Amino acid sequence: MNISLFTSKKYWIPGLAGLVVLILLATLPVYAPGYTVVMLTTVFMYIILTVSWTIFSGPTGYLSLASAAFFGAGIYAAAMIGGKLPLPMVIIIGGAVSFMLALLVGALTLRLKYTYFTIFTFGLVELLLYFMLWWEVNITGTTGRVVPSVDNTTAYYAIIIVFVITILIAYLIKRSKYGLALQSIGADEEAAAHRGINVTMVKIITFAISAFFMGAVGAIMASRWTYIDPNVAFNPLISFMPVLMAIFGGMGQLYGPVIGAAFFTLLREFLTSTLAKYEIGELYMLIFGIVLVVSIKYLPTGVVGLIQKWRKRLSAPKQVPVGK
Amino acid sequence: MLVTILDIVIAGLLMGGIYALISVGLSLQYGVARVLNISHGEFIMLGAFITWTMFAIFGISPLLALAIVGPITFIIGFILHRTYFNSLRISSPSQPAFEGSSMLASFGLLFIIQNVAILIWGAGIKSYTYLAIPVNILGAVFPANRLITLGFAIAIGVVFYIFLARTRLGKAIRAAAQDPVTAETLGVNINRVLAICFGLGALMAGLGGALISMMISLQPTMGLEYLIIALIVVVIGGLGSILGSFIGGFILGLVGSIVTHIEPGLAMVAYYFIFMLLLLVRPKGIFGR
Repeated sequence: MNISLFTSKKYWIPGLAGLVVLILLATLPVYAPGYTVVMLTTVFMYIILTVSWTIFSGPTGYLSLASAAFFGAGIYAAAMIGGKLPLPMVIIIGGAVSFMLALLVGALTLRLKYTYFTIFTFGLVELLLYFMLWWEVNITGTTGRVVPSVDNTTAYYAIIIVFVITILIAYLIKRSKYGLALQSIGADEEAAAHRGINVTMVKIITFAISAFFMGAVGAIMASRWTYIDPNVAFNPLISFMPVLMAIFGGMGQLYGPVIGAAFFTLLREFLTSTLAKYEIGELYMLIFGIVLVVSIKYLPTGVVGLIQKWRKRLSAPKQVPVGK
Repeated sequence: MLVTILDIVIAGLLMGGIYALISVGLSLQYGVARVLNISHGEFIMLGAFITWTMFAIFGISPLLALAIVGPITFIIGFILHRTYFNSLRISSPSQPAFEGSSMLASFGLLFIIQNVAILIWGAGIKSYTYLAIPVNILGAVFPANRLITLGFAIAIGVVFYIFLARTRLGKAIRAAAQDPVTAETLGVNINRVLAICFGLGALMAGLGGALISMMISLQPTMGLEYLIIALIVVVIGGLGSILGSFIGGFILGLVGSIVTHIEPGLAMVAYYFIFMLLLLVRPKGIFGR
């Protein structure tokens, strides 16, 4: 392998910046107020959901609305086994349950074309929600469950670790031959199949990988929320938010979904606290809707596309173009 | 026994009429304008709330309110397509790309319309009673407003069918559904036709909502449930098939009524089950080509 690859500016500047940010994040609970830790946990929850959503839906173009189903599966896994096993095991099992669910759903549905797939995944969340509501009332005779809780700092560290792994995996997939296969599926599925790519297999596995992280983050959040019920676990908003965040951030680069998720979570935090003064705290969804509608029209490649456009303009040689 | 069966069947048909109406609207928007309108349920909610306002504040009969709700929702839909979806359609690189981005945009619309409704009407539950007198059909008893609802739903469906089959504009709509490019070269003003289709879809949702408001209590968040029902019906009938949606509405109404009779808590689960089964076995729908 070429040594200059590691010493070249292109790699160590972002690498070093990433390391500094990571150290800052890791030491945060020492000097920051407890509120910041709780808020950042939510920010990272959405970042993980959005990045893992982008792993599958970004390159392939299949818009999945099943995020809430996988998130909820992780939550219920944690609710059932939490307390009996240590937290890392709970997180892994939460992820594994979602992974298996995604394998099953993927095998059933990924032969469907785009729109059908989206409707199906949308229906899946509602099916699980109504089924669990019925199950809780009629079979177990409960309305919700108490999850053995962990303290805020532990949840924060757990979510940071899952975040780092998610980003790493997303990066590795993007840079590998496998990621190239995904991109070619998105560009032209039939052509990809003719090139010898096992289209269905690649789609299903990627779908399951992205679901793993959603389940893992669900397991962590369940341990922090301490009380859950089907309406919390299978909330359709959890399916919509990653889509909104990824579209706004842009899916061309890995930092796009991160920016989108962080922006919207902080915006919501800000809006709910300001709007609450006028007793219209729930209206942040109105602003989210407007941002979504406007950015689809005027920002089709998201913030990432905007940044790349500016960069190009800055680095472009200043000369009069001659001919073509 | 016979009365029980009659009970279930009639209840199913009564609900099915509404389902058919709102599903035809969704089908029209997807089949012709190629927008899978996730905010469809919000137009139903708007129709219901406008009717409530007419009745509770101005004392206008809900049946008369239909004539007000229809134009209002049509204009909103028409303007939305003219100002937003159409330019999105023109700037999209391909049809699948447009279908994806327009569907996402309609998610945004869902949030916008719902929250504007909360601003106007508040988040509380609203209801009124109109023509809730019992009517006896061969031993099964139903409130009169449900029968009127079914009558109106069928009448609107028939009028719309004649409009599509017989009028010049109806022909243009069918042409645009089959092949928009060729239709345009043959002199169909495609932008106008698509906007009219989107407006008509919104109109049917609005009328459906106005009729629904006679039977149930209203909430600004009620739209999602009806959107999901309409989506299921449209898949049953075949995406884009208008006749299929109309018949599918009655099928789902019957299924819902049967399941509710056996195990009330599972009606929604049964809808989804049928929906997913159908997507897997026959994604083109029962009447799809």
